[in-house]
This record gives sequence, C-alpha cells and structure tokens, in this order.
Amino acid sequence: MMTRERIKVLAVVATLVVIAILVPNTNSFVILLATRALAFSILVMSLDLLLGFTGLASLGQAAYLGVGAYLTAILATKYQFGLGLDFWLVVVLGILSGAALAAVFGLLAIRATGVYFLMITLALGQCVWGLAYRWNSLTGGDNGINLRGRPNVGIDLSNDVTFFYLVLAFFAVSLLMMYVLVRSPFGHSLRGIRERELRMRILGYNTWLHKYIAFVIAGAFGGLAGVLWAHTAGIVSPENVVLTTSVDALLMAVLGGAGTLVGGAIGAAIVFGLREYLSTLVPWWQYVLGAVYVLTIFYLPTGLMGIPERIRQHRARAGKPGEAKKLASAPA
Amino acid sequence: MVRLSAQFWLIQAFNGVSYGALLFLVGSGLSLIFGVMRIVNLSHGSYFLLGGYVALTVIWTTGSWALALVVASLSVAVLGLVMERLFLRPLGFDPLRQVLLTVGFAFLFQQAALDIWTGNNFDINPPDALTRSIVVGGLYLPLYRMFMIATALVIGLGLWLVMEKTRMGAAVRATVDDAQMARGVGIDTSRISMLIFALGAFLAALGGVIGGAFLGVYPGLDFEMLPIAFAVVIIGGMGSLGGAAVGALLVGLADNFGKALFPEISYFTLYAPMALILAVKPTGLFGRE
Repeated sequence: MMTRERIKVLAVVATLVVIAILVPNTNSFVILLATRALAFSILVMSLDLLLGFTGLASLGQAAYLGVGAYLTAILATKYQFGLGLDFWLVVVLGILSGAALAAVFGLLAIRATGVYFLMITLALGQCVWGLAYRWNSLTGGDNGINLRGRPNVGIDLSNDVTFFYLVLAFFAVSLLMMYVLVRSPFGHSLRGIRERELRMRILGYNTWLHKYIAFVIAGAFGGLAGVLWAHTAGIVSPENVVLTTSVDALLMAVLGGAGTLVGGAIGAAIVFGLREYLSTLVPWWQYVLGAVYVLTIFYLPTGLMGIPERIRQHRARAGKPGEAKKLASAPA
Repeated sequence: MVRLSAQFWLIQAFNGVSYGALLFLVGSGLSLIFGVMRIVNLSHGSYFLLGGYVALTVIWTTGSWALALVVASLSVAVLGLVMERLFLRPLGFDPLRQVLLTVGFAFLFQQAALDIWTGNNFDINPPDALTRSIVVGGLYLPLYRMFMIATALVIGLGLWLVMEKTRMGAAVRATVDDAQMARGVGIDTSRISMLIFALGAFLAALGGVIGGAFLGVYPGLDFEMLPIAFAVVIIGGMGSLGGAAVGALLVGLADNFGKALFPEISYFTLYAPMALILAVKPTGLFGRE
C-alpha cells in the first residue's frame, strides 16, 4: 500500500519538475496557456475537496475565484495597491476573502444535500455574478477591469516565464497542502461523510461542522486561484464568475477524476488545451469539448485518473474475485 | 432619478407580471422534469434559445409567426424526447452525472446554434395585430404583454386540469410523490418521464419564441435564462406546478422592480432572496421533502 502511494507522489513530483523544465523552453503561447491552466487548477482542486472528498457537488465555485480576482483587480486599478511587495498582502487578502465568502455562503448551503446543495450553490454563485455584472461603478460591469501590468515584488513578474514559475510554485504548495489535508484524520472524516453521512453522525461526528470547514477551506483556495487568475489573464470580467465557469471547474474535476486532486489539474490541462489550442486549428472545437464531456460521463465516471484502477479491477475480477473488492475500497 | 409615481408602480407591476408569465412557461417545464425524474436539467436554457432560433428560420422561410410558434415548440420537444431516450434514461439515477450530461449537451447546442444561426442578435417580430397598445385608465399597455399573460394563464390552467382531473395526470403526480411506488402499482414511469421531458422542452421553446419579441434571440441567452428559470423553480419548489406559478410571479416582479429601483444590484435582489428561501426551506415554498 505504502509503496503504491509513494510511487504516485513521486510521479506527481516528477511531472511538476518536467513541467517546470519543459514549459519555459516552449513558445509564449504555451507558457501563458500553462499558467492559466495551473491557476485555474487550484480552483478545480478546491472544488475536488468538496466534490471528491466530501461528496458535495458545488455549482458555484467560480464565486470564490471571482472574489479573489475582483479584489486583486480593484485594489490594483483603484488604489494602486498590490503592485509591489504588497502583492503578498493581496495574496493573503484574496485567500481571506474567499474564505470569508465561503463562511457566509456555507451557513446557507451546508444544510442542503444532493441536488438541493447543487442548486443553492448555483443561486449563491449567481448572486456574485449579478453583482459583478451590474455593479458598474465597482466592477466595471460587462467590460470588467483591465489590469495594467503585473506586480514587481523585487522580481519583475511582468515576465511571463517568471510569472509562470510563481503560479507553478503556488500550485505545488496548494496541491501539497490539500494532499496533507485529505490524508489527515480530518480528511478521512470527510470521506466518511461522503460515503455515509448518517453513520458518521451516529458515531458522534459533527458532520455539519466538518462540511462547513471543508467548504471554507475550498473557498480560501478559490480566492487564491482568483488572485493568480487576475494577474494571469490581465482582465477580470463577469465571465470569470458566471455559471459556465463553475460548470467548467466541475467538469474538469470529473474529467480528471473526482477525489484525486491531481485529476483536477489534468482535467484543467486537457480542457484549456482543447479550448485554446484546438480553437486555433478548427472552428468546431467546441463539439470536441462537448463530446469529451459526454463520453467521459458515460464511459469514465471515475475520470481519467480512474483508468488504471478500472483496468486493475477488471483484471482482478477475471482472476480472484476477492482481490477486486479489496482494491475497490483502497483509498485513492 | 426615477419618479416613483403611482403610474410607475403600475407599469412596473404590469411588466413584472408579464415577464413572470414568460418565466412560468420556462419554469413549469423545468419543475415538472425535476419532480418526475429528479433531473436537474441544465439544457433547459438551450431549449429556450433553440425555440427562438427555429422560430426565426420558420419566419424567414414562410413569414408566418403562428406557424413558427407551433413548429419551433414541437421540434424542440422532439429534441428533448430524443435526448431523454438516448442519453438520460440509459444513464440511470446519479444526479451529478445527469447534471454534467445535460450541461455537456448545453455546450453542444450552444455551438450548433452559433454555427447555424451565426452570432448576430435577432428579434422575433410578432404579427402587427399584437404590437399595438391599449389604453387602460391612462396607462398604455402593450397588447403583446397581455398576450403573454393570457398564454401563460391558458397553459397553466390546461396543465392544472390535466394534472388534477385526468388519469394521466394522476399517474404523473404519483410518480412525483414516489416513483418506485408508482412503478410498483403498474404506472409506466418510463413513458411518463419521456412525455414530461418532451413537454418541458416544448414549454421552454414556446417561451423562447414568445420571449424572442422583447428579449431578442442571441448567443448566450441560454445561460442567461437558465439561472432565472432555476430561481423560479427553486423559490416555488421543485415539482410543484402552483409553486412554479408563484415563483415565476415573484421572480418576474423582483427582476423588474430590482432593475428599475436598484439597477446596480438588480441581479442580487433576484438571487439573494432565493438563496435565503432555500436556506430556510431547502425544498422551496411549495416543495415537498
């Protein structure tokens, strides 16, 4: 067991190193694409904390990205704040604002389960979108806010490669923190809630509080993703908080494999790759994306990360029936 | 600054009610689909938009608005029926996968609409007879909006009669209450699901054609309409026809007054009450556990 987990961790670390070495040596298009995918991946992984580990399908995760991104953009353009060393302060504020928003929304949403949770998060997400879209004096309305250049924190982040490294570092740290979180006793309790909430409650766990804390933590990472996204894209608009962005995040998590964390990053990489790269090649790229979604949901409910497990299960089922059951219940 | 005279309130209320009538068409179908199949259908906005686009094509080729109304609604109903049979039914019951599947289709429809009808904004012009205004007590009331209210009333009444007075309606209500038990007593819930899904698509498309006169028909309308339709259904309670009517009225009024009185936070005034209602009563005002 331990060795398999260690191999997985080593594989992820190796992949990150390869990305760190390879990407800067490609062209600027790929570098920007990778930066976008990495920043967005933090949001997708935060959603995976809820979806994959706690069993809460949120349809409003973009709200936290939006709060972090709008905070960054408004501070930078209206108050010239966060363009020097105070950028680090903005990062902290972004995380706190995401967590604060989730703390408020969580009070309303956590009571609901299943489809109702999905809908209430959708409604809350639309509240944020509505403000972003209509509150012209603060958010610039439909046009959004253009950021004039990235911060200079001693190192000039306007260089795309430097900024890529920064986002990659944030991504790696976020991944590590979430990995530690889901492997902790708290993470195991979350998984218990996902599997059977009633049993956890009978065992004496305060499942509401567990879910609430997970929700707030996910919001905090969403806020961080927003700060990075604002400086990656250079523009923050209602597009970043609209329902389809939340749906995108959800689809990426499922495409990669819910409950695996890195699956979310893989899903994000594939979707961003398809969207930005394929769209320069063929006009019908969106059909490809739609087909990928539909096929994933039909034939790969456990996502891409679930493929090895399915193959193993398939083999084990052909061999020893008992083995398949043991593997199926092993933590991902 | 808006002058808040009695006339302002009356006109806004009238506009709100007529917008609510449109929302009822979209929301009632969504609500029934959820009630019967427990499916959160994120393609519902697409049906609304496709209804508008198909109607445009019919109008461009034949010039008949009435024909467009019928053809658009029926063809989108067939589309919904095919989607339910080929994709949703085989998927089985798994809310997350169902939601993702319907959203996958919403993206596909969006692209298809863009390819077929381009990215331009269109308006659906109703027949001249409906574009006039009539004067009631000093207020100019557009006939078209009265037509919308009348349509919603007729459809709402028709649905209510079918649901309450016919055998078919009783079977649908039984399925909403407990699908498993309904199957147990010999109700063909599979057929009911198919019919309700088609009916929902039909109503959404009908709304798309009627709404096309003042909302227009343009790319992105699908995902603009979807959350508003959800607001209607969530406030009223999923699966309840009366709830959809009350929800539609509330959302229609909240939207109109919100935009007129607090333009900067108008969507907030729409979705925040909905979130609050959900937090207090997760099943909506008229929904059942």
